[in-house]
Amino acid sequence: MTDNSHARPGAQVHFGVFFQGVNHTTIWSDPSSGSQIDFETFRRVALTAERGLFDAFFLGEGLRLREQGGKILDLDIVGRPDAITQLAALAGITRHIGLVATQNTTYNEPADLARRLSGLDLLSGGRAGWNAVTTDNAWTGENFRRGGYLDHADRYERAGQFLDTARAIWDAWADDAVATSTDAPTWAAPDGVQQVTRRTSQFDVAITPTLPRSAQGHPVIFQAGDSPAGRDFAAGRADVIFSRHGTHFDEALAFAEDIRARLRRAGRPEDDVKILPGTQIVLAETASEVEEKVRWVLEGQYTGQTALSLVGQVWGRDLSDRDPDGPLPEFDPVPAPISVTRGAARDGKDPLAIAREWRALAEAQNLSLRQVAIATTQRSGFAGTPGQVADELTRWVRSGATDGFNISPYLVPTGLDDIVDLLVPELQERGSYRTEYEGSTLREHLGLRPPLSRRELPPRQATG
Amino acid sequence: MSLHLGIELDGEGAHPEAWRRAGHSPDRLLTGRTVADRVAAAENAGFTFATFEDSLLPPGADGGPVGRIDAVNRAAFVAATTSTLGLVPVVGTTYAEPFHTSSQLATLDYASRGRGGWIASRDTDPRVASALGRSAVTVPADLAREERDAITVVRDLWDSWEDDAVIRDYATGRFVDRDRLHYIDFQGDTYSVKGPAIVPRPPQGQLVVFGRGGEVDPSQVDVVLVSEATLDDIADAAARTKDRGAALVFVELDVALGSSTPAPPSGRLSFAGEASGLLELLRALDPHVDGVRLHPAVVDHDLPVLARYVVPALLREGLAHRPVTGATLRGTLGLARPDTRFQAPRLEDSPR
Repeated sequence: MTDNSHARPGAQVHFGVFFQGVNHTTIWSDPSSGSQIDFETFRRVALTAERGLFDAFFLGEGLRLREQGGKILDLDIVGRPDAITQLAALAGITRHIGLVATQNTTYNEPADLARRLSGLDLLSGGRAGWNAVTTDNAWTGENFRRGGYLDHADRYERAGQFLDTARAIWDAWADDAVATSTDAPTWAAPDGVQQVTRRTSQFDVAITPTLPRSAQGHPVIFQAGDSPAGRDFAAGRADVIFSRHGTHFDEALAFAEDIRARLRRAGRPEDDVKILPGTQIVLAETASEVEEKVRWVLEGQYTGQTALSLVGQVWGRDLSDRDPDGPLPEFDPVPAPISVTRGAARDGKDPLAIAREWRALAEAQNLSLRQVAIATTQRSGFAGTPGQVADELTRWVRSGATDGFNISPYLVPTGLDDIVDLLVPELQERGSYRTEYEGSTLREHLGLRPPLSRRELPPRQATG
Repeated sequence: MSLHLGIELDGEGAHPEAWRRAGHSPDRLLTGRTVADRVAAAENAGFTFATFEDSLLPPGADGGPVGRIDAVNRAAFVAATTSTLGLVPVVGTTYAEPFHTSSQLATLDYASRGRGGWIASRDTDPRVASALGRSAVTVPADLAREERDAITVVRDLWDSWEDDAVIRDYATGRFVDRDRLHYIDFQGDTYSVKGPAIVPRPPQGQLVVFGRGGEVDPSQVDVVLVSEATLDDIADAAARTKDRGAALVFVELDVALGSSTPAPPSGRLSFAGEASGLLELLRALDPHVDGVRLHPAVVDHDLPVLARYVVPALLREGLAHRPVTGATLRGTLGLARPDTRFQAPRLEDSPR
């Protein structure tokens, strides 16, 4: 099962923190849970992560409030800031940590998004990242001028062209385009800024970009999709994959092997894309405390109402009058995969098939509805004493299953405190975590090579 | 009366050659340090607000700076390192997605604890459309329609969450009361927006919206920026604009102090000379307008003079007031915090 061909004896664990905002895994009901929108909450998490020498702080994107059964989903945290704007504010009060924004390629335009990401990159001194995602439903489009719907194939087509256009915009300024003296003949060298013109199946863009390259060349590109198209997209264009495989070692290793194979096929070094799975970490001092804390976390994440809601998403109807600690519904789901729940991960899958799987699971293990919801949707990550978890994370990274982890705290804003105070020192003792920031840019933190486009193109001639 | 004092901090200043007299080398313009230092200087001086010009197109021409970080990013970058200064970026109304605009500005308001504003501005250059792959909007009536619709949508989205929508009701497991969230269902001639916003209602309820005189419908904004070349024209324009529903009228004013060279004529009122002369002009403007937005010819030259000689004198005379820590921009400008227009009837309010 363990493949040692990618053993990396000295490898270190990289950490990101994913400030999820909208998600049932953030326990809002705990008394220590702060405002989920006030800036102070974000400041606290970002500064804690920076104290813990994390590579990056991630923010998700929201473009429409989630709905279930035609009503706004009211059980989870609802509402979040605009990612790039919030990260710009955090750039002003942090010095090292990377700042990564999820931004979709469907309801943005390259000229605008590339410029905003580049602005964040310049203001932060080369710490910006972009988690490029796609959206494929017209329902989200109802909030935008373009409206409309893109089918699955087109959205990766658009995403690829979007990224290529963004890169062209980022690369349009020569490194030395701007004068370094007020006595220079002109502020920018006459040939220092290239016009970018793109006429493709998705874009018709003509622009004179307004921003120079940042300290890291251009923003680090993250990719978060798991489909074959998403993986190929990552192998062709991304620097980092924000994967889902952060719970089971074998699954993570198989995923990493698959990505490495795709990278080789794409003609890139197989360590050219870093893999950071999303995960959750529960720490306590003794085995029994760990068990108790895991149970407490699950109870907070899976209230009866949330369990009924998650199962109701599959069944396609309101189940809120049922007993969450009773059995799964005896009737079959409504076979309407897309129309019922909006903005949920299960969009597009066959509910009847899911129901069959879940019933089999419930029967085999004698599980209640709530227990099925936990067993099928929860991706637990790691739980243990700080020493145990440090050993396990070190094993993952050193056997090539991942390069690190993107931690989703189950409490906000305090959920990172014990990781920084207890786990990071254990990792450092094992030599598997940095003891100071070695560089100043996100690209340096992650140990990435220069941007792909800078390697493919010959160096530009200096002008002026 | 008293004047609210604003300063435009884009680029190196209004003069095309301002970059040659900047306090740093040209390649330091597009850095966080330059933005933060200037904003800190404006705040320390006692200005009410700073503005950030913007466009997708390169600013300036003729050998001057052709680079610019977008205005919302710049304003947000200093939001948490300032405590009294209003932060007012330009965001276009012609092509930008109002949903994004609304989210960005609401986020600025959270990060600054209620000191955000917005200069709603038409994109009249068709090259902006080319950059975005859109058809150019050039007819004035169409530009006006897009502006009206954009302001309407952005404002409706800010109102789409009632202030107390987050209820954290443990008994029912509900984080929000969905009855206090509202679809805006905007239907315009060229697009529609469903809502609600993704960002909860911003701290000010509504950010302070600025519009340009002669363009914007004064009843849609909080502050109209009047741009006329003479004192008499300003007095007339301010009176007319107030009649049409503007809450506040601010005047645009080019300044070149001491040895600073005046910028070429811009159509705005312009002052060149010593600080004492500027004080006289501001006293003369005071009866006619509620505030001024100063456009320094050379930021690194004029801002220190304003900070050292002009603003302190105005504060001493009571002609201007330093904003108070903790006050919102609306509060500083004397504007009330509005209720959301979507307020749902409460059970306790409804007839039984």
